[in-house]
Amino acid sequence: MNLHEYQSKQLFADYGIPIPQGAVADTPAAAQAAAERLGGERWVVKAQVHAGGRGKAGGVKLGDSPAAVASLAEQMLGSRIVTHQTDAQGLPVGEVLVEAGLSIERELYVSLLTDRAEECLVMMGSAAGGMDIEEVAASTPERIVTVPVSPAAGFQPYQARRLGFGMGLNKQQVGEFVEIMRGLYQLYTECDASLVEINPLIVTGEGRLLALDAKINLDDNALFRQPRIAEWRDPTQEDAREHEASEHDLNYVSLEGEIGCMVNGAGLAMATMDVIQLRGGRPANFLDVGGGATAERVTAAFKLILADDQVRAILVNIFGGIVRCDLIAEGIIAAVREVDVKVPVIVRLEGTNVAQGRQMLADSGLAITPADDLDDAARKAVAATAQGGAA
Amino acid sequence: MSILIDKDTKVICQGFTGRQGTFHSEQAIAYGTQLVGGVTPGRGGEQHLDRPVFDTVHEAVRETGAAATMIYVPAPYAADAVLEAADAGIGIIVCITEHIPVQDMIKVKAALVGTGVHLIGPNCPGVITPGECKIGIMPGMIHQPGGVGIVSRSGTLTYEAVYQTTQNGLGQSTCVGIGGDPVHGMNFIDCIELFEDDPGTRGIIMVGEIGGGEEEDAAEYIRSRVSKPVVAYIAGVTAPAGKRMGHAGAIITGGKGTAEGKYAALEAAGVATVRSPTELGVRMQELLGG
Repeated sequence: MNLHEYQSKQLFADYGIPIPQGAVADTPAAAQAAAERLGGERWVVKAQVHAGGRGKAGGVKLGDSPAAVASLAEQMLGSRIVTHQTDAQGLPVGEVLVEAGLSIERELYVSLLTDRAEECLVMMGSAAGGMDIEEVAASTPERIVTVPVSPAAGFQPYQARRLGFGMGLNKQQVGEFVEIMRGLYQLYTECDASLVEINPLIVTGEGRLLALDAKINLDDNALFRQPRIAEWRDPTQEDAREHEASEHDLNYVSLEGEIGCMVNGAGLAMATMDVIQLRGGRPANFLDVGGGATAERVTAAFKLILADDQVRAILVNIFGGIVRCDLIAEGIIAAVREVDVKVPVIVRLEGTNVAQGRQMLADSGLAITPADDLDDAARKAVAATAQGGAA
Repeated sequence: MSILIDKDTKVICQGFTGRQGTFHSEQAIAYGTQLVGGVTPGRGGEQHLDRPVFDTVHEAVRETGAAATMIYVPAPYAADAVLEAADAGIGIIVCITEHIPVQDMIKVKAALVGTGVHLIGPNCPGVITPGECKIGIMPGMIHQPGGVGIVSRSGTLTYEAVYQTTQNGLGQSTCVGIGGDPVHGMNFIDCIELFEDDPGTRGIIMVGEIGGGEEEDAAEYIRSRVSKPVVAYIAGVTAPAGKRMGHAGAIITGGKGTAEGKYAALEAAGVATVRSPTELGVRMQELLGG
């Protein structure tokens, strides 16, 4: 789960990490009132979307009066921001963050993330703040310092000193920086984050450190023990079908092709997509119905696949282990009837009760094409869409 | 021959009396696994599936001599269950549970360093030595004793490899599902090392997927240390970057962990790769000469 910048900054404030003064607004009037309340001569209006690269996409703008702030908020609210991290439709802006303008001396980068190879948390810092860190990592990796944190000993100040002095901070700033990193570490571990990033962490004209931006991703598997943060989820920032899928405990990812896929198991679902491409087709989605697939879930999965009007054939690939093929067959038959499926359905079943499942499909009187294995199924699905294209 | 487990391995189940624990314990017993009891805190002294229930793993180990455990407890309690098993001296810990928080696994892995424990999973189908011992959720009847060692990050793709090597008569020595989580127990190298040393294993099938760098590490290990034929398939050539594909660990981040990158590393190491999982069995048969 991803958080908005203003939500991330709320957590920063909770953990003593300095942030600019600001307020979130969902109307132009509220944005204007926020600017008036904050005072000063210059304000930044920031569109709240779950994507980086907002600045270049017109999602971060300066206003020099409360009225100008209101008009910027009016432009942003209700619009969609398209960045290199979004799809072509972009993400809707429901809120803006209004912050007091600041003088910036330097821009730094810090993040905390889980290093899966080292199996620990690592802290990263770079003097090259305000830039795309992946570009920095690719072109000048020596400008990034990485420090692992032992899961047993936890955060130690020397780790932050290494980063801070490495970025060229002075003695007093390193002192502030150690407290910031201590707070970030506490936040990371206590809130079950998978990424905490400040880009940029600025040195102000007065020489103080401040988190100008904030990005936090959370471990979905730990949301059960983060009830307050779990409520901050913003479904408007998620793909509508992916969100719908998660409500049914289905793993779904939208893709661009025309062959819808329904598969049990994440690995097999990816393999199904790959084999479709190998045989000249394009998968429309990744969909794992999981181990406990019931008729209801299979029906929900069919509806989800067919909500994508690009889908011109559906490939069902089930290797029954825990999932019995007769149950899957029952689900397929019910769904094809209930949803009134008009596109060809190619079904490959294998595993427990496979004979029974295949018989049920054959007896259903529905236009379901059986396949012997995944390769055969992919070829048949590709052929079905090719025919559809010619008609 | 086999790795990790065989017909003499005594197994307990943690989460024994729960729905999942009960179902899969029944399946394991029916398969012939020496399931000697189970643990459900607060239900010690009862009988379940004609076997004793214990309050603690320590008690279960003392009374039954169990050397392996299969864990079906819910995610919030799974790390605790793994560490309890390790503390009680269990050497083979198979954690089936899905959705364990990453930070819990980081702590578990740090605590297991130096203990010699073999942790398999979490978020995995388990481990099976066909005809002898089944610890996990895999369908037993598709397996057949034989000479192919299988190691995989994906459950259902393991079943594909198993099914094909059963169909063509090669059979399997042991199959290990190492799981789909970013931080997990045994990795490809750990399993491949055991397969290389196992006289009963003639060839190795590895099934990887996008995310992380364990396939690349395994490629280097195979190049320098493995004499047996290895066939590999990597899932996710068509997976978009930045999207989690079902498994918590199946995600391409910062351009790293792509299927193409893994294929390139494996091919450079001389591993026989296949682009469709349907070719795993055939390819292994070719390499083993029948």
